[in-house]
Amino acid sequence: MIDKTNNQQLSTNNQRKFMKLSGLEPLVLNENSNFINVGERTNVAGSRKFLRLIKEEKFDEALDIARHQVDGGAQIIDINMDDGLIDGKESMVRFLNLIAAEPDICRVPIMIDSSKWEIIEAGLKVVQGKCVVNSISLKEGEDKFIWEAKQIKRYGAAVIVMAFDEVGQADTYERRIEICERSYRILVDKVGFPSEDIIFDLNIFPVATGMEEHRRNAIDFIEATRWVRENLPNVSVSGGVSNVSFSFRGNDGVREAMHSVFLYYAIQAGMNMGIVNPALLEVYDDIPKDLLEHVEDVILDRRDDATERLLDFAETVKGSKTEKKLDLSWRENSVQERITHALVKGIDAFIIEDVEQARLEAEKPIDVIEGHLMIGMNVVGDLFGAGKMFLPQVVKSARVMKKAVAYLNPFIEAEKTDKQEPVGKILMATVKGDVHDIGKNIVSVVLACNNYEIVDLGVMVPPEKIIETAIKERVDAIGLSGLITPSLDEMVYLAKEMQRQNFELPLLIGGATTSKAHTAVKIDTQYENAVVHVNDASRAVTVVGDLLNKKTAHEYTAKLKRDYDEFREKFLKRGKEKSYVSISEARNKKYKIDWETSPIVKPKELGVQVLKQLSLKELLPYIDWKPFFISWDLHGKFPDILTDDVVGEQATQLYEDAQKVVKEVVAKQLLKPKAVFGLFEANTVNDDDISIQKKGKEIAVFRTLRQQLKKRDGVPNIALADFIAPQETGKTDYMGAFCVAIFGAQELADSYKAKEDDYNAIMVQAIADRFAEAFAEYLHMQVRTKHWGYAANENLSNEELIKESYKGIRPAPGYPACPDHLEKETIWELLEVEKLIGVTLTESLAMWPAAAVSGYYFGNPEAKYMGLGKITDDQLTDYATRKGITKDKARKWLHPNLAEQ
Amino acid sequence: MSNIQEVLQERILVLDGAMGTMLQAYKFTEDDFRGERFKDYPIPLQGNNDLLSITQPKAIKEIHAKYFEAGADIVETNTFSGTTIAMADYQMENLVYELNYQSAKIAKEVANEFTAKEPHKPRFVAGSIGPTNRTASMSPDVNDPGYRAVTFDELRIAYKQQIEALIDGGVDLLLVETVFDTLNAKAALFAIEEVKEERNIDMPIMLSGTITDASGRTLSGQTAEAFLISVSHVPLLSVGFNCALGANLLQPHLEAIANKTNFAISAHPNAGLPNAFGEYDETPEEMGAQIEEYLKKNLINIIGGCCGTTPEHIRVIADIAAKYKPRERLLVNSY
Repeated sequence: MIDKTNNQQLSTNNQRKFMKLSGLEPLVLNENSNFINVGERTNVAGSRKFLRLIKEEKFDEALDIARHQVDGGAQIIDINMDDGLIDGKESMVRFLNLIAAEPDICRVPIMIDSSKWEIIEAGLKVVQGKCVVNSISLKEGEDKFIWEAKQIKRYGAAVIVMAFDEVGQADTYERRIEICERSYRILVDKVGFPSEDIIFDLNIFPVATGMEEHRRNAIDFIEATRWVRENLPNVSVSGGVSNVSFSFRGNDGVREAMHSVFLYYAIQAGMNMGIVNPALLEVYDDIPKDLLEHVEDVILDRRDDATERLLDFAETVKGSKTEKKLDLSWRENSVQERITHALVKGIDAFIIEDVEQARLEAEKPIDVIEGHLMIGMNVVGDLFGAGKMFLPQVVKSARVMKKAVAYLNPFIEAEKTDKQEPVGKILMATVKGDVHDIGKNIVSVVLACNNYEIVDLGVMVPPEKIIETAIKERVDAIGLSGLITPSLDEMVYLAKEMQRQNFELPLLIGGATTSKAHTAVKIDTQYENAVVHVNDASRAVTVVGDLLNKKTAHEYTAKLKRDYDEFREKFLKRGKEKSYVSISEARNKKYKIDWETSPIVKPKELGVQVLKQLSLKELLPYIDWKPFFISWDLHGKFPDILTDDVVGEQATQLYEDAQKVVKEVVAKQLLKPKAVFGLFEANTVNDDDISIQKKGKEIAVFRTLRQQLKKRDGVPNIALADFIAPQETGKTDYMGAFCVAIFGAQELADSYKAKEDDYNAIMVQAIADRFAEAFAEYLHMQVRTKHWGYAANENLSNEELIKESYKGIRPAPGYPACPDHLEKETIWELLEVEKLIGVTLTESLAMWPAAAVSGYYFGNPEAKYMGLGKITDDQLTDYATRKGITKDKARKWLHPNLAEQ
Repeated sequence: MSNIQEVLQERILVLDGAMGTMLQAYKFTEDDFRGERFKDYPIPLQGNNDLLSITQPKAIKEIHAKYFEAGADIVETNTFSGTTIAMADYQMENLVYELNYQSAKIAKEVANEFTAKEPHKPRFVAGSIGPTNRTASMSPDVNDPGYRAVTFDELRIAYKQQIEALIDGGVDLLLVETVFDTLNAKAALFAIEEVKEERNIDMPIMLSGTITDASGRTLSGQTAEAFLISVSHVPLLSVGFNCALGANLLQPHLEAIANKTNFAISAHPNAGLPNAFGEYDETPEEMGAQIEEYLKKNLINIIGGCCGTTPEHIRVIADIAAKYKPRERLLVNSY
């Protein structure tokens, strides 16, 4: 523990000290620290690729290199811009400023590497954490050395000192310890530099060069390291390892072994950090015995003929890694077969060259689309129809198709031939007030694959615009999508408008909240022409095909109408069989918690808090993948679905593609999670309202709705308010509210769309949704265990989290337990959601960005999720009065939950 | 003057509370802010609280006196925005020296009065150095993450002017506070070290960061410990946190650094979190109870208040602090 030292000043404090560095996060050494690995790919002298990127000012790609280093385990990243052809100072500042905006890179400390003081100082001025300067030395005398060390101390950085002095670079054991001791004494005694912030670079030179004087290069370094660590308290020793094997360039097998052997001995001697390329490192124990012996002879200088013997032996050592090859045999087939293969497999790597070949062979460029590509797409369509291809694949096929068409279009334009006539033109829109469009995008892509022209109006499209565009563009059908309940009304409204304006176009209805029942009862009755509920994308093609086929359309529409009539009749009958109790009776049968014994835990942290600096990486373990597969029409449990007999292969492929996107999104922080949550005093008042208080003063009221379905004796009619202690109990209870959101998905999806890549555009949105749900799960756990703290000892696996095996619930307004979307407004006011994190509500009270979750926190162990079901007019009247809104307004928002009177 | 280092070994020192909250009670009008001297100034000056040290020195002295009366050992000068960078909003860059000098001078006058009355309890003045309104390691432009609205050197020069004026005005120590970007703080520390060297003086430095949200990080993204490491190259009197959070929410962050440094630990939290009207409404007793938790855990050497705290808060805090021993520091008593 205590170092030997004969120095007077240090003897006053013989506690050992350890270097501490910081990026966004600390890097603290201690007696048990492992070797610190410094990433060096961001060094223009060490990486040709990095140099090229900096020269070409491709800073984005240069950042990827830095990120890759950190992801690969570099604990410090070395940045060097010393090159004659770039402005080193400017590049250093620009790159460090960009790194500062990348939390996944700048979480580690930076090593500012330059031989020019002005570059080092410019770097020190732009990094907030504690850096390492690489390097200074006595090369140009003591004065400069002292001055630079003083400055570095004032900027708050550690320093690498090269074993270099006025005479030259240390290349023997004696010179190394001479220079290090002198440097140390100057730094510690004259500058007052903290000894734990000194790192010596003892110069690693190549061995086995054939030169007699190089024989001891490795062993001298190792022995000097031992001396420095034993005699100069608290310092570290570093070096660039790959130098040692320089003479074996081209023989990675030997180099890997040399690096491992060198490190094995140097680390034992006390080398505690350095630049090591992990790709060029063999596990010491895995080095074949004979090779190990030859390498150790060289590194440790054990034999006079060590170099010759290793050179001879090296001939027999081959590179250890064999590359996996892709099966490219299909490239040898005919051009048509290749194009079909590319479309079916969704491979876009060769499509341009294949299409180009087809174009040159064809009479007109349009023939390639109508011929080669359509033949391929027909195969895709057949396979899809036969259930042998799945949605994600079809969308990928579409990506290849789009790329091919985009390539051919200029040639077609140039020939001024007539464009290919699409089979039909479909208008697609997510209705006013709704922002969800994953399903709509999938249907659009599938239809586009089948040669329909799509007019996609995007999200939050007002009805006037849909009508106007339908007329102007002379579309053949209108498809509407929506996810939240108010969107149902928008669809009804649009159907009425279409009727009023004497439209004859078929109307397609889709989206998570829509149903055949709603379509039959509410929409079909408003419009004399065809209305179809299309609940999955795979059905869209056949439905649209039937509707637009002039021969069969009339008959098909008539059949649809009959079908919906029958369905409606049955449905309405069924609805009427249920009976309800009055609201007062329901209140008498409320869920009863024994408040004398029920535990009430006061939150550790009352009030509103914001969370904006979470890394997406933290959310990964909380992702529930099952709904992700459902959004792609692949149904099944996760992870079983990956090995499913029918869809397993596709699910696996989709999952792998998703992981790629997730990885990139996480690495580049392309999506930004933000959350706000609050914990408050709360009591139930007047049966169904929850009064939210701050120090006994009411600051908000949540209105809950009560089940009214007649139930058998002993089964309660629940409202969420039952889970909070009533004011009459005299006990202060607590509840919370939250909103989490993932920002940036739309922008990212748009950037993919701009590249004709609908597959990844949809992927990004689906993944953002998963992240939002994961965030809600994560935050709920944080609240249970930390901020509220009623379940401080909870320790659940992700599976258990998905199964909601925890205590307490987080119901969301707009969902079955509390279907009134208007309650979101109360949450928004209470938490100042828009002001604090920027999530807004549309006129239909959908959240923007779309990947968002908001809701309440109930902590009582008896609290459980429930479905409200239908309510009757008496509760509607009562609710409107309590909430202070007109009955019409209450009816508008609650009508999906109103029992038929 | 007793050495603050010595006093710090003996007891927990109490820092004052909010200046802005106290000034609100005076309901100063635009004319009051201007006073006679700036009555023809071309732009509105209401809200430039630092200016009141010149135009309403009586009020500022009253507030300092109230905090000393309540039991504060240290008051902060009214100079939170006293740099050329922050004063640019009021086109008062040329007034920076005078603002800081006057603020220091009047605070020191009040401190001296109290020290004379109660020599056993010497009073100190800390020169308040705010973060300015710009960040050196973050871009204000989302489309250009490499852009910076202010450089290290601009900050260093601006801070140096402020520091020299504060020292000339007679402050006993400097308080670099509300640090939301560590690089800004490092520029201030750099400037302080320069002044110390040029004048060959010692000057105790308190440094106080700000944790902005529940993730436990500063606005510029550092964890509490990373922040501590990044500022520990300068011999500080104390390091700690202030603002943004109430006392209870600040506690985990104080715990995160308390056993990792030999510097004294300071905290001056807000009076809770702001309510819907942006007001702080935690009572002195509520805040005091939370602060007592710090003291029970032996976390603190210097304690005070930030936004929303008043002399009543400080009185309660001082009474509680008097009952506890200061946090023991690792090196002081070891070996």
